[in-house]
Amino acid sequence: MKQLLALKVNDHPGVLHRITGLFLRRGFNIATITVGACEEPGVSRMTILLEVADERVKDQVRKQLAKQVDVLEVEDLTERDAVTRELCLVRVEAPLKMRSDLQSLIQPFRAQLIDVGFETVVVEVTGSPAKIDALLDLLRPFGVLEIVRTGLAALPRERQTGNGRAALKEGRGVEV
Amino acid sequence: MSFEGPEGARAEALSPDAAAPVGTEAPEGGSSGREGEPQPEPPPVYRGADLLVEVLKEEGAEMLFGIPGGATINFYDALYNSGIPYVLARHEQGAIHAADGYARISGKVPVVTGTSGPGSTNLMTGIANAWFDSVPMVIIAGQVSTSVMGTDAFQESPIFSMTMGITKHNYQLMRGEDMPRVVKESFYLARTGRKGPVLIELPKDMTSNEIPYRKPVEMQLRAYNPKPKIDRALVEKVKRDLARAKRPVIVAGAGIVHAGASELLRAFVEKARVPVVHTLLGLGTLPSDHPLSLGMGGMHGTVWANMALHECDFLLNIGSRFDDRLTGALEHFAPRARIAHVDIDEAELGKVIAEDYPIHGDAREALEILLDGAVDPSPSEEWLAYLESLRREYPLWYRTDRPYLQPQRVVQIASELASDDVIVVTDVGQHQMWVAQFFRFRRPGRFVTSGGLGAMGFGLPAAIGAQIADRDALVLAFVGDGGFQMTVQELILLREYDLPVKVLLFNNNSLGMVRQWQELFYEERYSATLFNIQPDFMRLADAYGVVGRRVKTEEEARAVLEEAFRTRAPYLIEFVIDPMANVLPMVPPGNGVHEMEGVKPQ
Repeated sequence: MKQLLALKVNDHPGVLHRITGLFLRRGFNIATITVGACEEPGVSRMTILLEVADERVKDQVRKQLAKQVDVLEVEDLTERDAVTRELCLVRVEAPLKMRSDLQSLIQPFRAQLIDVGFETVVVEVTGSPAKIDALLDLLRPFGVLEIVRTGLAALPRERQTGNGRAALKEGRGVEV
Repeated sequence: MSFEGPEGARAEALSPDAAAPVGTEAPEGGSSGREGEPQPEPPPVYRGADLLVEVLKEEGAEMLFGIPGGATINFYDALYNSGIPYVLARHEQGAIHAADGYARISGKVPVVTGTSGPGSTNLMTGIANAWFDSVPMVIIAGQVSTSVMGTDAFQESPIFSMTMGITKHNYQLMRGEDMPRVVKESFYLARTGRKGPVLIELPKDMTSNEIPYRKPVEMQLRAYNPKPKIDRALVEKVKRDLARAKRPVIVAGAGIVHAGASELLRAFVEKARVPVVHTLLGLGTLPSDHPLSLGMGGMHGTVWANMALHECDFLLNIGSRFDDRLTGALEHFAPRARIAHVDIDEAELGKVIAEDYPIHGDAREALEILLDGAVDPSPSEEWLAYLESLRREYPLWYRTDRPYLQPQRVVQIASELASDDVIVVTDVGQHQMWVAQFFRFRRPGRFVTSGGLGAMGFGLPAAIGAQIADRDALVLAFVGDGGFQMTVQELILLREYDLPVKVLLFNNNSLGMVRQWQELFYEERYSATLFNIQPDFMRLADAYGVVGRRVKTEEEARAVLEEAFRTRAPYLIEFVIDPMANVLPMVPPGNGVHEMEGVKPQ
């Protein structure tokens, strides 16, 4: 099963190594990991997606992370409502005569061309991993040459109190 | 001596020849300011090595173990007039195991140093050992200067990343101004919460550069909480359910020793009438001859302790991490019991066993709550009688049919002759288990052994550290001929520091524990476990200036031990023991603890 974690960690050299080393030692399997600055100076936010065996491992992962001195906060977003995004760049073979087909194909994904050549283009898309997977499937027949994905970034949603319809009406917590 | 304020203190704090005062002038440029305008007082400036010595003193560092080298030479220079005593070992592994023994007996936080590269890599085993057994210490690992770090410079090793997995925390000190904070945090982390080793990687230029010193020092440990708030209601529920259990048992681990809570444990079990299984490191939390002490459980535990683990209906583990040497095969561990677990480290809860009552907190606090108010005895007299009958039926035994000295008998005699406040240190191997089985521990916190890591070579240096911590105590170092030869060079420290340690060397001319496994599980194929040639240990004793005695019979054993115990001199006593003596009973690997072999003489 999957486990999605949001961490706040000290922005010191070696902290990422400390976290990944911990995962390696304990045999936890990282699917994706992203690190970057956050709203607090001197603090980084990590988003980690893990493949774990069961609930006990999940609990163990959280505790092992929390006991690290450089880890300031651990939030398990797996069960929480969270927005998740991944960025993907993909270089596709696209001779000129295919360009409009390609354009119409990627448009519903709100993907765009960010580099255009005679033979190839680079498509940029952000979204859930599933959406990115779907787009890549569609692009494959063209000839996919290179793919780079960032891994997930995630934030919990604002707590939603009323039912979904009310939230929708008020524009709260709606993925846009 | 300590820094009281930023100005003037320097002259008082540092001995005159240890530091050249350089801080009185304003730094070049910038802050020289205009006439008449008040300028902020610049902080005093120290040579890094002198500052390090001063902040170590402020943290109460009283004892230092190590070996100097190029990367730490400035630090040793600053130590010259510091008044901090150091123990100069002959190998860094000896230094750090000595620090380990010192920490366990003194309850203080020793400092260990190794120079960059080999000096630090030689510390690794000792760091891992302290990590596994939660022993507090601060390690200062020298490093090449920051200007050449990462270039594979002479005597460079990436000690920061190498020790990440075997320290409670570690620091790479790259800015001199961080030094006071980092040292302060290191001591704080080492001695609070779940104790452990903390390492500071110290590039050489950090000790030669001039460093401005500002006080007070703020620690930056915002998420670190060494005093978890214990769930009182849950502990009270444990107390109620324990009192209702028909076959309750307590597992007493080293967490009780670390929390200094042995007396509370004793008071509680006597009121609640609950028998206690000790882990290896929990031996001594109750005296071995206490009627409610079942001795050690696990792979080489007693039959009655292991049957208690197997048949209990309620198990309360205080301060042990359910090591596999205690539990045996997990599917057979306490199969009918509800399990409560008290641990200061939350990550230990649920790690091995899914407990019914996970209690995150200090052993002392948990025992205080258990003792609060009336304690109902559990209806367990029948249970106690059953365990007692097992004790009578399956006592620990050793062979009497062979014409050799039996090691267990030596342990018994030593135990009998020793005073109550004896400190017992062991190395790792068969002799360690014989001591765990046959020595009668009378006081808590006086048993020093390498539990979690099982590091051969630990015994002699750890005994040195233990004797430094308690100069008046009788210190016995039980070692085997295998492990002894891994750190044998530290024998000279017994003379150098006037340490009357009695080294009890059990010589069976083999790596006994592995040999035993080869005998029992590998059809007696003794691959690389028999020593065909050995040094003359008596001449070795002579070379190192300690009294040497070779013993081959029980009578000699008694006479020599009596002599050694009343003489204030270091002894090396070689017991030529039965080369085929085994540690029994034992739980074969993969079995449950109830499936023991060798419970009775064949």
